[in-house]
Order: sequence, then structure tokens, then C-alpha cells
Amino acid sequence: MEWETVIGLEIHAQLSTNSKIFSGSSTAYGAEPNTQASLVDLGMPGVLPVLNKKAVEMAIRLGLAINATITPRSVFARKNYFYPDLPKGYQISQFELPVVAKGHLDIELDDGSSKRIGITRAHLEEDAGKSLHEDFHGKTGIDLNRAGTPLLEIVSEPDMRSAKEAVAYMKKLHALVRYLGVCDGNMQEGSFRCDANVSVRKPGQPFGTRAEIKNLNSFRFIERAINYEVERQIELIESGGKVVQETRLYDPDKGETRSMRGKEDANDYRYFPDPDLLPVEITPADIEAVRASLPELPDAKKQRFIQTYQLGSYEAEALTASSELGDYFEAVAKGTQDAKLAANWLMGGLAALLNKHELEISASPVGTDALTQLLNRIKDNTISSTAAKDVLEAMWHGEGTVDAIIDQKGLKQISDTGAIEAMIDEIIAKNPSQVADYRSGKDKLFAFFVGQAMRASKGKANPNTVNDILKQKLEG
Amino acid sequence: MSQDAISALSLKELHDGIHSGQFSVMEATDTYLDRIERLDGKLNTYITVLREQAQQQAQAIDQQIRKGELTGPLAGVPYALKDLFCTEGILTTCGSKMLSNFISPYDAHVATQLKQAGGVLLGKNNMDEFAMGSSNENSAYGVVRNPWNTNCVPGGSSGGGAAAIAARLAPMVLGTDTGGSIRQPGSFCGITGIKPTYGRISRYGMIAFASSLDQCGPMAVSAEDCALTLNVIAGFDERDSTCANEPVPDYTATLNDSVQGLRIGLPKEFFATGLDSQVAAVIERAVKEFEKLGASVKEVSLPNSHLAVPVYYVVAPAEASSNLSRFDGVRFGHRCENPKDLMDLYKRSRWEGFGEEVKRRIMVGTYALSAGYYDAYYLKAQKVRRLIKQDFVDAFKEVDVIMGPSAPTTPFKIGEKADDPVAMYLADIYTIPTSLAGLPGMTFPIGFAADGLPVGMQLIGNYFQEARMLNIAHQYQLNSDWHQQVPAQFA
Repeated sequence: MEWETVIGLEIHAQLSTNSKIFSGSSTAYGAEPNTQASLVDLGMPGVLPVLNKKAVEMAIRLGLAINATITPRSVFARKNYFYPDLPKGYQISQFELPVVAKGHLDIELDDGSSKRIGITRAHLEEDAGKSLHEDFHGKTGIDLNRAGTPLLEIVSEPDMRSAKEAVAYMKKLHALVRYLGVCDGNMQEGSFRCDANVSVRKPGQPFGTRAEIKNLNSFRFIERAINYEVERQIELIESGGKVVQETRLYDPDKGETRSMRGKEDANDYRYFPDPDLLPVEITPADIEAVRASLPELPDAKKQRFIQTYQLGSYEAEALTASSELGDYFEAVAKGTQDAKLAANWLMGGLAALLNKHELEISASPVGTDALTQLLNRIKDNTISSTAAKDVLEAMWHGEGTVDAIIDQKGLKQISDTGAIEAMIDEIIAKNPSQVADYRSGKDKLFAFFVGQAMRASKGKANPNTVNDILKQKLEG
Repeated sequence: MSQDAISALSLKELHDGIHSGQFSVMEATDTYLDRIERLDGKLNTYITVLREQAQQQAQAIDQQIRKGELTGPLAGVPYALKDLFCTEGILTTCGSKMLSNFISPYDAHVATQLKQAGGVLLGKNNMDEFAMGSSNENSAYGVVRNPWNTNCVPGGSSGGGAAAIAARLAPMVLGTDTGGSIRQPGSFCGITGIKPTYGRISRYGMIAFASSLDQCGPMAVSAEDCALTLNVIAGFDERDSTCANEPVPDYTATLNDSVQGLRIGLPKEFFATGLDSQVAAVIERAVKEFEKLGASVKEVSLPNSHLAVPVYYVVAPAEASSNLSRFDGVRFGHRCENPKDLMDLYKRSRWEGFGEEVKRRIMVGTYALSAGYYDAYYLKAQKVRRLIKQDFVDAFKEVDVIMGPSAPTTPFKIGEKADDPVAMYLADIYTIPTSLAGLPGMTFPIGFAADGLPVGMQLIGNYFQEARMLNIAHQYQLNSDWHQQVPAQFA
């Protein structure tokens, strides 16, 4: 019997508040060490935390977007453990009463069907600082700039059954937090990171013992780490061993997970309600106010794109991956009155350039107006699609406006029927045997004549005009 | 005016003397600095004396007063702070070796308030380490002695401040009270002190012992002096989330209200076994005085009060075990020599930096919060805490205030209970229930037992009833002079 994989994810999303969750320090990334650490962040004797209401509002935003229950009275608790980058010796988190309870997110599977992933909870907590091990001559440096940065930890049910599903879930959540404006989603800077709980079992059996894989900060690593871990567990069990509950670390260089600490080394965190903070009271009116400020969410946008623009499910999904991409698409679709063409170019030529240069749509050097003009030049037969690709590339590199580039490169399409007729007459005259073959039924030769015509025009002849005239003359 | 005369003045008289030009802020300041220099060797009430800084401050305030820039009731008044209030640029030890090198980079909220009011900071008072203790024997800076009998303890943990007031080494100090740390030493030293309602005063900058119980309050000779001080330090501060956003009355405005018709409740549990008979006799006499002033007296019951000490010794150490985790030798405070690795740094820094009682409470608190014990200890304690609070709510349906002893005995001998933590914990048996309920409690002197040591009356009010409590104590003090007594060697 086949093995079944069981995966649950804990995702830490860093909330995009300007200041920290319990102090007024800035949360900006990349400052000089310890320049964004206030007395509160340093855990000075006598200081007290004051909750940043913005962080709570952002948690509610996410909660509403995943159809979760918002806890009317949630409680901050202290998670006690010693670590040099944890200044107070405890992390302020939420334990028994998280701000967001039970919700769900639907993911799309490869076969086009949809699967509902349960979300157990999402709770607010503060991030720790960073330990720096280089340049301190055998000692460790501590940078507390990150200490106190607000995090939302989103815990899923063990509902995923493959690494692919896990990635799909994570991507969906990644898109969602960015739609909501609650997290910048920057995985390299650690703004969106994930721990995976992985186990295997025979279908129908109770859950197997799980291993927790820590700190996965790219979609690729998650897929690889889970697949590696699943193989490891299956091999272990099949060779008579037992999976032990432990925390494992993924090594992206070696492509393997390795044991970090066992269950017996796990801390007893001695959670208890933080007496320095009052319970967080959230009224139905607070919730409605947040609900009213929610943007159109990815699923709704996707359905609207399918209906309004007659897009396929796959295209609609791709074009709603971020709200910026969706907005970009809509602007071009409206400007060209041709949603299909806009979709093709966004997912084709422009996407290729963005991928190549590792840019987000919001950073694209070619804006919606420029792309709209370009596509309109295809539509009004000024240039061919092939030529348009060159123009796009030139615009990307800042070589000028659409029309300037077309002129400069001499890409204007020949639609003058007289000129094309003359050209075709010449081709027919030069290739009598092919003409004879075609006329005797070798239809495939039509492409040969088109090719000749395009070559003769250096690619500038309007292919539709060429087709029409060729047909006339050859049928002759 | 002579230094002896100045040191006998109340805060109001000090203020009036300064502002009418009878003497300067500098003279008032020097009076206390000189007394500290001359007399504190016998008592050890100060960890830090800020002679130079206080004189500079006095000079500046004298000028400001002359220019009419400072007129408030505490302008020019010298005071001291328990050494757990953070004071910018000044050593703040919390009575611990752990913080023997800690110069605070900021001022506690109350330190700022007093500074802005024009008070002159004389120094920082001795205390039980991290406010854990009832005798001031748990200080890394030596025991404090009781001015009424220097072989006796002053009580704790605000023992330094209480003894300083009794010996007139400061006209007013701020202490803190977690389970009785203002009231019990106040009683032992024969002075007046009030622990306001939890949340009445910001805890920002007070080094935490047990966050859900800690509350700061003034200690002084009289209720009137406490009222003047409370006017300056009470009120909302957005830096403390547990601080109450309740209006602050003028605590001096109602001092002269009558106590005619006041309904006093005496909890029968406070007069049962464990209460020294001499203390009981003094309390009964004072209660009769109140009856003479027109109050009525009624027995009430706080049926769960016998559970207060065990509940407290779960809740307070649990919070303390977490609060004291930040003292790890990494960023400030004591760090051991040549740590061989991180664990060694933690273990030795904390082992060397903390005293015995602090370590005991960290152990107890850590245990109470541990997996498998949390429900049985911490959670159960919190439930009982609610029952204790409910007892008071019920009692206040029948009476306006509750009175009883502040402590079960008069001050005991130094060393007498040092090796018996449980006996020591019982010194706070009458103050802890109030703390657990978050209610305001105060102590004021009502006489002496046969051993010549002072006895304090504990007065417990309903939430935010500090003005009424100060009024009641003030009315008593208008009709008695117990609070004016000064121990012979310090007169």
C-alpha cells in the first residue's frame, strides 16, 4: 500500500506596520545594528509593552480574508526561554486565546479542482533579534533591530497531502497577505517564512509521528525539503525504524534536512498571560470597520476576471496572483478593448522579461500606458506581433516610446495591397513548379509562399494581407 | 530656621517656608543631607545619597521659585525614591548585586512627575532585593535597622524608605507595595503610607517584581503629606497598559471632611489566631477613637483570606520568575568573569548576581508555571484570587472601609526569622489579601505596644477611594500625635 504524506504549515508573516508591536521603534529593514532598538526593545528593567493597534487591525484583516472567527477577547501570553537575542527572556505571543481562530483557504490543484485547507489559528507575537556570529573574534554580536517586529503566525490544519499542495497553500497565502497589505511578502528578508510539520502514514491510519522543518524561506526549498523529508521517513519506517518527534533544519546546499533538537530538548515555555498587557477586546463594530476597508480578494477577483473578460480559469488565476498584476491587466485590457490580447502579452512577453530580470510587476519599466499603445499598434496593423516583441524589449531598455521605436527600427508593417501584390506576383513568377504543385493539391505549400513573402518584405508585410492576396493569386 | 526645626516640618510647611522666604530650598535640602550624613550610619536607609546633584537641583529650583516659574505644592521639597525606580544617570540597584553597576538610561514615570513638580531627589533608599522580603534583611547593600529599636527590622521591602521617614532622613519617599511592602514597613516604623488601587499610578520605570500586584505609593509622616504627593504622581500614563484612565481627584480637597456616619468593617479573620495580643489592644483602642469621632463599627467576614498567603506565593513568584529573566548578564547588570559558553554565562551571572530569597522565588515561580503543574498551581491560584476579591466586594456592600492590623506583630529582631521563610511570609498576612484584590490599602501609626515599638492601622478602601481613606486617616491624625513621634536618637 502507498504511503500518504501529511503536512501542516506554520507561516510567520511579518506585519507591515511602521512601528513595532510593543514599542514606537521603526521596523524598517537593513538599518545599522541596534539603531532601531528602544528601551522597550532592549528589555531594560522597568519598561512596559504597549500594544500597537495597527498590528491587531492587520490580524483582523487576515482573519476576515480567511473566513475565520475573530476572537472577541484575545490574550497575550509570555513564552519563557533564554536566548541572547530574546532580550526579556520571554517572547510576548498569544497562546490559549489567539486573535484569529478557525478559518480556511481554498487552493487550486493541478487537475483544476479545488481543495479546502483548514486554518487552526493565527496569533500575534513579537519577533526576536538576531545573533551575529561573524566579525566578533569568537564572540557573538546581538542586533536587536528586529526584536519586537510584529509577526502573525498562521497555523494550518494537517490538511495537505503533498509538497505541491503545501506550496500551493503557501503561495495562496502569500498572495493574500500582499493583497491585504498586511505583509510585504519579502521572503529573502524573512518577512514571510514557514515551518513545515511533516509525517507519513498508510491511508486510513492515524497520523504518524511528525518532524518539524524549520525556517523555509522560499517556495522551492519548501517543496524540496518536504519531498526529502517524506522520503527519509518512508525509508526509515520501511527499514524497520521509527520516526522520532524532533525539529529539523533544511540545508538548501545539500538538499537535505537534519536533526536540530529532539523532543526531550524541547523547552518548557511556561506560558502564562502577560500581566503587563490587558486582554485585547474586539467589538463587532471594530470587525465591521475592518471588513469595510478590505480590498477585493484574489478569489473574487479571479471569478470577476473569468466573467468580465472571458478568461480561462488558468489565466484568471495567474493574473490575480497579486493585486498589482490584476490592476495592470485591467488597465491594459480596458486601453486595448482586448482582454485576450492583454492577457497573452502579460503572461507571455512581459512575464518573460520580468522573470528574466527578477522584477515584480510594480517595478516593470514598461507601464500600462506603454503596453496599451504597443498592443494597439498590433491591433491597427501598424506592426506584426513578431515586431512587437522587439519593440517591447526596446521599451524595457528605455529606448523610447512605442511609435519612436517603430520608426527608428523601421518595423512598420506593409499593408499597402499594391506593394504586396507586386511582391507576390514576383514570387509566383519565380517559383513556377511550386505553383503548379500547389494548384494540383499540395496545400501545404501555402506556408512556403507566405514564408517567401515575409522574407521578401523583411517581415514587415501584414501577414493577413499576404494571406488574402496569396490565396486570390494562387487559386487564380 | 534651624535644621532641627526644618526637619520637623510637614510637606506643606516646607513648601510654605520656602515660598515665603523663611528658608531656601538649599537649606531644606542641606538639612536632610546633613541628617543623612550624621545619622544614616546607624540605619543604612540609603543605598545612594546624591549630595552634589541634590544641591545643584536645589540651587536651580531656588532660582526658579524666585522667578515665579515653580509654585506647585512640591516645589523645593526634598524626597527619596526606593532604589527600584529607574532614575536617569543614577545608579539603580533594586537592592541587588545583579544591578550593582546599573546606571539607568531613563526616568521612571513617577521620577519624572516629581522632577517636574520641582522636588529635590536626595537619594535612593535601601530595600529588600527586587522587593522580595518583609524585613529588609534581603538587601545586597546590608540590613536596614528600625529607628525605634536598631536591633529590630524596619519591615520590607520598602524598609529603607520607611525607616528614613521615621528617622526624618527624608520628608517623603516613594515606596512600592506588591504584597504589603509599603504598609508592613510603614507599620513597623510608625509612619503613614498608602498603596493606591492597582493601576492608579503608572508602573513605567519601576523594576518589576510581580506585575499584576506591583503598585507604587507615597510614604510620609502624615496622611496630608501622602495626599499632596499622590496629587503629583497619580494618573494615566499611556506607557503602562495597566494604568487606569480614571480621573484624579484633588486628594487634599476632602481631607477635612467629617467621618461622622462612616461605616467601618472589622474582618473577623484579621483578629483571630496569629494576631499579637498587644497589637490587637492598640488596634481596638484606635477603633474606639473612630467611634468617638462618629463612625460606626461592624464585624465583616473575608472568608477566603486565609488562602491569600498561599495564593500570593504562587502568583507573585510565577510572575517574578519571568520578570527577572531579563537579568541574564547579556545587556546590563552583573556578568560573571570569563564565561566559557553561553550556558555558563547565564548560570554563573544569575547565580552570582541574585541573592538567596530571589533565587528561591524564581525556583518556586518556575515550578508553578511548569508543564503539568500550571493548572494545579498558577491557574488554581488565579481562581482563588478571584474568590478573595469577591470577599471584599461583598464586604463593601455593608461597610465603607475596612480596618485591621497592618502586621500581626510589632517589629521582630534582626535575624529572628531570617532562616524561616514561611514565618517571614506570614508578616504580610493582613496586607496580601488587599494586594490580590487590587484594592487600595494604607497604614497609619496608632500608638505603641508595651515593647515601645509602633503599631500601624491598616485601612482598606474600595477601588479608587484613596481620597476618602486619606481623609479618614487625616481626621485621626488631627486628633492624635502618634504620627508626630520621632525616635529619641533621631529627634
